[in-house]
Amino acid sequence: MRERDDDLSQCVEECEIAVTVNGNRHEHTVPVRLLLSDFLRHELHLTGTHVGCEQGVCGCCTVLFNGEAVRACLMFAVQADGMAITTIEGMAGVNSELHPIQQAFREKHGLQCGFCTPGIIMSVHAMLHEHPDPTEEEIRHELSGNLCRCTGYQNIVEAVKLAAERLRLQHMEVE
Amino acid sequence: MATRWFGAPVQRLEDPRLLRGRGNYVDDIDLPEMLHAAVLRSTQARARIVSIDASAAWSLPGVHLVLTAQDLGEVLEPSPLLVPHAALTQPRTQLPLARDTVRYVGEAVALVVADDRYIAEDALDLIDVEYESFPVVHSLEVASITDGPLVHDDVPGNVAAHLAQTVGDPDSVFASAPHVLHETLLIDRGAAMPMECRGIVARWDAQDSMLTCWISTQGPLPIRNGLAAIFHLPEHKVRVVAPDVGGGFGTKIMMFYPEEVLIPFVAMQLGRPVKWIEDRREHFISANQERSQLHEVEYAFDDAGILLAVRDTFLHDTGAYAPYGIIVPIITACTLPGPYRLRHYSSEFTVLYTNKVPVSPYRGAGRPQAVFVMERIMDRIASELHLDRLEVRARNFISPGEFPWDVGLVYQDGGPTKYDSGDYLAGLDKLKVLLDYDTFPALQAQARSEGRYLGIGVGAYVEGTGIGPYEGALVRVESDGRVFVSTGVTTQGQAHITTFAQIVADQLGIAPDDVMVSTGDTQAFNWGVGTYASRAATVAGSAIHIAAVKVREKAKMVAADLFEAAPEDIELADGKVFVRDAPHRALTLGQVAISSNPLRYAYGENARTLMSMKLAGPRPGPALPEERGGPGLEASGFYSPPHGSFASGIHGAIIEVDPVTCNVTFVKYAAVHDCGRVINPMVVEGQVHGGVAQGIGGAFFERLVYDEEGQIINASFMDYLLPTAAEVPSLLVDHVETPSPLNPLGVKGAGEAGVIPVPALFASAIDNALAPFGIRIREMPLHPSRLYELLRDAKDKPAL
Amino acid sequence: MKPPRFRYCSPRILDEALVLLDQYGEEIKILAGGQSFVPLLNMRLAAPAYIVDINHISELHYFETEPDYLAIGAIARQRQVERSVLVQEKHPLLVEVIKHIGHMQIRNRGTVVGSIAHADPAAELPALLTCLDGEVLAQSMHGERVIKAKDFFAGYLSTTLEAGELLTEVRFPWLARQAGWSFIEFARRAGDYALVGAMAVLTPALDDTCMSANIAYFGVAGSPIRARAVEQVLIGTQLDAHTLDAAAGAARDVVGEDMQDVHATVEYRRELASELTRRVLKQAWARREQLEGAQ
Ligand SMILES: Cc1cc2nc3c(=O)[nH]c(=O)nc-3n(C[C@H](O)[C@H](O)[C@H](O)COP(=O)(O)OP(=O)(O)OC[C@H]3O[C@@H](n4cnc5c(N)ncnc54)[C@H](O)[C@@H]3O)c2cc1C
Ligand code: FES
Ligand code: FES
Repeated sequence: MRERDDDLSQCVEECEIAVTVNGNRHEHTVPVRLLLSDFLRHELHLTGTHVGCEQGVCGCCTVLFNGEAVRACLMFAVQADGMAITTIEGMAGVNSELHPIQQAFREKHGLQCGFCTPGIIMSVHAMLHEHPDPTEEEIRHELSGNLCRCTGYQNIVEAVKLAAERLRLQHMEVE
Repeated sequence: MATRWFGAPVQRLEDPRLLRGRGNYVDDIDLPEMLHAAVLRSTQARARIVSIDASAAWSLPGVHLVLTAQDLGEVLEPSPLLVPHAALTQPRTQLPLARDTVRYVGEAVALVVADDRYIAEDALDLIDVEYESFPVVHSLEVASITDGPLVHDDVPGNVAAHLAQTVGDPDSVFASAPHVLHETLLIDRGAAMPMECRGIVARWDAQDSMLTCWISTQGPLPIRNGLAAIFHLPEHKVRVVAPDVGGGFGTKIMMFYPEEVLIPFVAMQLGRPVKWIEDRREHFISANQERSQLHEVEYAFDDAGILLAVRDTFLHDTGAYAPYGIIVPIITACTLPGPYRLRHYSSEFTVLYTNKVPVSPYRGAGRPQAVFVMERIMDRIASELHLDRLEVRARNFISPGEFPWDVGLVYQDGGPTKYDSGDYLAGLDKLKVLLDYDTFPALQAQARSEGRYLGIGVGAYVEGTGIGPYEGALVRVESDGRVFVSTGVTTQGQAHITTFAQIVADQLGIAPDDVMVSTGDTQAFNWGVGTYASRAATVAGSAIHIAAVKVREKAKMVAADLFEAAPEDIELADGKVFVRDAPHRALTLGQVAISSNPLRYAYGENARTLMSMKLAGPRPGPALPEERGGPGLEASGFYSPPHGSFASGIHGAIIEVDPVTCNVTFVKYAAVHDCGRVINPMVVEGQVHGGVAQGIGGAFFERLVYDEEGQIINASFMDYLLPTAAEVPSLLVDHVETPSPLNPLGVKGAGEAGVIPVPALFASAIDNALAPFGIRIREMPLHPSRLYELLRDAKDKPAL
Repeated sequence: MKPPRFRYCSPRILDEALVLLDQYGEEIKILAGGQSFVPLLNMRLAAPAYIVDINHISELHYFETEPDYLAIGAIARQRQVERSVLVQEKHPLLVEVIKHIGHMQIRNRGTVVGSIAHADPAAELPALLTCLDGEVLAQSMHGERVIKAKDFFAGYLSTTLEAGELLTEVRFPWLARQAGWSFIEFARRAGDYALVGAMAVLTPALDDTCMSANIAYFGVAGSPIRARAVEQVLIGTQLDAHTLDAAAGAARDVVGEDMQDVHATVEYRRELASELTRRVLKQAWARREQLEGAQ
C-alpha cells in the first residue's frame, strides 16, 4: 500500500491515486468527482464492469473492493487509492479456463444479453465465499441486489447451485 | 438431411466472451479524440419554448458545441412514419430537437458536446430554457374530453387514428344470445427497461467520406438507409453496427430516436468521434413505452359456455407521437380472439395522443392487453355458468383439424391473420399435469381452513410471429474451412449466434464452433429489416437455412467435378466432403472452398495438401461453369414468409394472497409453449423464463405513474420495481411442437411469448384466491395498495 | 448522471475533519459510506462545494460494548456490525434490523452512523434508535453533545445536527434480559425501503404482565415514530386478544395524513401499521423470557 498524499487533507479537485486492479498497480491522476465505475471503464479500459443505473440499484457495476462486493457507481476513484479491486476481468485470464462460476453460468444458460452478468458473477463470488452451501432461498435473497432483465433468474440460480457444488468439491480436494 | 445440431441444447458460442467481461457494448467503444454528448430534455409536458439561453454553456471550458433546433438546418425534419396506415389520419412524429413546442417531459430540446460527459452535464445545468406551460393531457381520460387540451394543436380531439373491423355478424348474434355481459378493462403503462440503456458512437472519416455509427439498436439496416438519405451519402458510405446489445425488448427498435440523427450530425460537424450514452434517468423519460389501453368489451355466450360473439372498443394511448403508426393496437385487435373459435367479432379502436413518452412496441406489443381481455371473458363465462375454467377454454378451442384457421382480420403486416398450425388442447392437458390441477381444490380448501388464500389462474394465447417482409443472409466457407455467416438482424441476448450456427452446421456437416456469425453490421450484410416481432429465428433463420442449402449443393458440385463423381454421390460430414461409400476420396470443406475459386492464390495447410492430391483437372470450357453461380463456396439466401406464423401457449400459476397486506406470492408457475420446431431448447426455455419475469413485473410490480403535470413520479429503479430473484418463482416448462408449414425449418417465434399471458393469469388467480370476497380484477398492473382498495370495496359491497 | 464539481479531502484524524467542518460550515458535506449521498450527487440533487470523506479516520472505526449500550463509531460498516459474533449475541435485534437494509453490496459500504445522519423516515436504523431511546454523539471544534433520539430526528431527511458538527457515534441501548423483541417490515421487493415497518420490545414484569413497551414505526411519517399511545394500551396487560385489537387500532394513528405515494395510500399504510403491530406484538411477547415465579 502506498503512503497517501498528505495533501488529501487539503481540499482538491484533482488527485493522484495508485490502485491495484486485478493484481496490477495503476497510477493515475483523476478528477475527484470521477466515479470508480467510470475510472475502471474509461481510464483503465476494463469495460467488463457495466453501468445500468448509477444509483446503486441494478448491481451491474458490482466489483470486489478489498474483497467485498460493492457498487462501483457509488464510489469515487479517489476512494480506491491504495486499495485492491477485482473486476470480472480478474476472474479468469484471457486464455485460461473460465472460473468455475463463469463455467457454471455457461452450462446453465445463466446469461442472455450478458449486460448484468459481470456484476452478478462478482456478487456470487462474494456470496459463495461467505456461504459456500447456500439454499435456493438464500441464493435468491442474496441475488436480489442484482437486476437481470433477460433470464428471469431461474438459470442464474441453477448456475449458482452448480458453482457452489463445484467450488465445495475443489475446496475439499485442496484440503 | 441428418440434423445433429438442430434441436440440441448447444451451449452458447457468445458466452465465453461475455462471461470474461470482454463483450463489446456501445459504451465500451473508445475512439481517439472522442467527445461526449448530453441531451437537455424538456421538464414540461406541454409548453411553448419562449427562449433558450445557452451562452453560459457555450463559455464553459471543455464545451465544443451547443445545439438547438435552429442549428439543425435541413436535418430538422420529423422522423419518418415507420408503418403508414390508411386509418392513421393524423400521423405525427418527432423532430430531433423540439423547435417551439414540447409535448412530453423528456423531449430533446438541446444537445451539448464536451470533452467528457461530466462537463457536458455541467453545461446542461447552465442552459436556461423559458417555457410557457399549458394544461397537460396526462391520461386517456383527459385526451378524450371534448374541447379539452390538445397535444397537437392541429389534431382535433387528439385522435391519431380510428379503425373498425368486423368478422361475421356480431350484431345479430348479440340480439339473440342467451347471455350478454359488458365490462371495462384497463391496462396501464409499463416499459421494457433493458439493463443497458440506449447509446451511440458516431465517427465521420472525411478522407473516406465514410460515416460509421455504433448504435445499441435492434435495427441497424433501416437506420443506415435513413442516415444515408438524411446526409445525402451513398448507402455503402454509411456503416451502422449494432455491437453487443444489453437487452432491447422492442424499445431499441425505433427510427429515429433523436440522438440517432443528432450524434452523427455533430460528429460530421466537429470532425471528431462523438459518444452519447443514455443514462437511466433519461431512459425513463426518453425511451419509448407501451401498454396503456382502455377496453369496453361486450360478449355473448350460450349455456354451454361457448363464446358466440365479442364486441371490443378500446382507446389506445400512443403518447406524444406515433412513430410506429398503429401497429400496437392492430396487434391487440388481431390477438384478442386467441385460441378460440370466435366467428363473430367486431373490434374498434381509437388512438389518442397524450403528453407522455411516445409508444412503440415493447415485448408482447399489444398482446398482453388483448389476452387480458379475452381471458377475463373466459373466466367470467366459467363463473357465470359455474363451469370449470379450463373446461370452458377447452370447449372453445380451435381443434387441430381446423388449421389453417383464418381469424378474418388483417394483421399488422397487411397479410391475413391466419393460424398456420397448433394443438391448443394438448397444451392445456400438459398444463393440468404440471399444475396438478385436479388436486388443487383440495389444497385450496385445506389452506382456507388455515386462513390462507390460495388461488389458481390460467392464461392462454396465440401469438403472431415471424412476420415479413423478409430477411436475408450470406453463407461463405473460408479457405480454412470455417464458415462465415452474416445477416441483417441483430441479437440482444437471444443467442442468435448459436442458433444460426446450429442451422448452418447441420447443412454443411460441421460443428457450430466452426461457424462465425455476424449480426447487425450493415457492412457485412446489406439487406434486411431487424429483430422484432419474434421474427429473427423464423425469418432470418430460414434465410440462413436456404443459403446454407445452396452452399451445400455447390460444394457437392465442385467436389463431384474433382472426384469425377456424380453430385448425388457426394456427402458432407465432419468437416469433410467425400464420395459416398468411398470415404477415402475426401476433401476438407476448406479445400472445396479453395477449389471453387479457380486460379486463386491460396495459402495455408488446406491449399498445400490440395496441391499434392491427385484430382481431376478442370473440365474443358469456362473455368467457372455457369451452373455454379459464381466463384467461392458461398451463397446468399432470402426468405419472405407468405404471412406470419402463429405460436401459442398456456400458462398457469398457483399464488397465495395475504388478505390483510394484500401481498401476492407465487407458489407454483407452469408454462406450456408451442413455437413449432425448437432449434435450441435451452435457449427457448430461457426466453420463456425471461418473458414470464417481465410479465410478473407488468402484473404486480412495474407501473409508470404520471402525475397531472405529466411527470413520471417513479422514474428510477428505486420506485419502478423490476422484479428481483427473490420475487420471481422457478418455472416448470413444457413444450408442444406443431411445426409451421410456412417456413423450411418449421419454426415459429419465441422471443415475446413468455410475457403475454401473465397479467391475464395473475388476475385469474387473484379472483380465484379471493373468491370468498367476490372480487373481480379489471385492471393491470396491480400492486398491494390497489388490491387492498379493491378487496375493501368487494367486502363493502352488500352480498347479492 | 454524473456528480457536479466539488473539492474533496480525506483527513486521517478527527480533528482535521472538525477543522474543515468548522471552516466551510454549510458548504461542506460529509461522505461516509456514500450509499445515500452519492446517488444524490449523481442525480445532482446535492451539489456541495466541498466534500470531506471520513472513511480514513481510523479512530472512528469501532463498535464497543459499554455498560448501557453498544457504541458504534462513524465509519463502522453496517455489514461489519451485522457479521460480528459479539453483536449477534448481545444485540440480536440490531442484527435483524440491519439485515433488512438494502442488499449486501450496499451494507458493505453503508455505515450505521450514516444511516442515522441521513434520517430517512423509511429507514430501519433511525427507527430502531427511536424505539430504544438511543443517543448520538455529535462533535465539533467547539465541543461535543449527546443528543437523544427523540431530539435528533427533525422531519424528512433532517436532523438537529448543526453546521460544523460531525456525528461520531451512535448508541443503541441493550435490551433487558427478559425482554422479547420483534421487527417486521413490509417492502415490495427484497431489499427495498419498507412501505411500513414496525418493531417492538416488550419487557414482562414478575407477574408476567407487560411492564414496559417500546414500539416504533418507520415509513409512516416524516420521521420515525415512537408510538406511546400503542405502548400505553399494553402496559399491565398480558397481551390478550382484546389488548391486541386495541393496540392494532391505536397503531393506525401513527400514519401521517400526507403519507401517500406511488406505492401506498394513507389508508393502506394504516392497515399495514395495524397489522404489523399485531404481528410484532405477538412475536415479541412470545419471545419474552418469563421470570421466575411467573405463571
Ligand atoms: C440500492 C440501495 C438500497 C438501499 N436500501 C436501504 C434500505 O432498505 N434501508 C435503509 O435504511 N437504507 C437503505 N439504503 C441506504 C443505505 O443504508 C445508506 O448506507 C445509509 O442510508 C447511509 O449511510 P452511508 O454511510 O452510506 O452514508 P452517506 O451516503 O455517506 O451519507 C448520507 C448522509 O448522511 C451524512 N452523513 C454521513 N455520515 C455522517 C456523519 N458521521 N456525521 C454527519 N453527517 C453524516 C452525509 O453527509 C449524507 O448527507 C439503500 C441504498 C441503496 C443504494
Ligand atoms: S450502475 Fe451501479 S448499481 Fe446500477
Ligand atoms: S442477461 Fe441481460 S440483463 Fe441479465
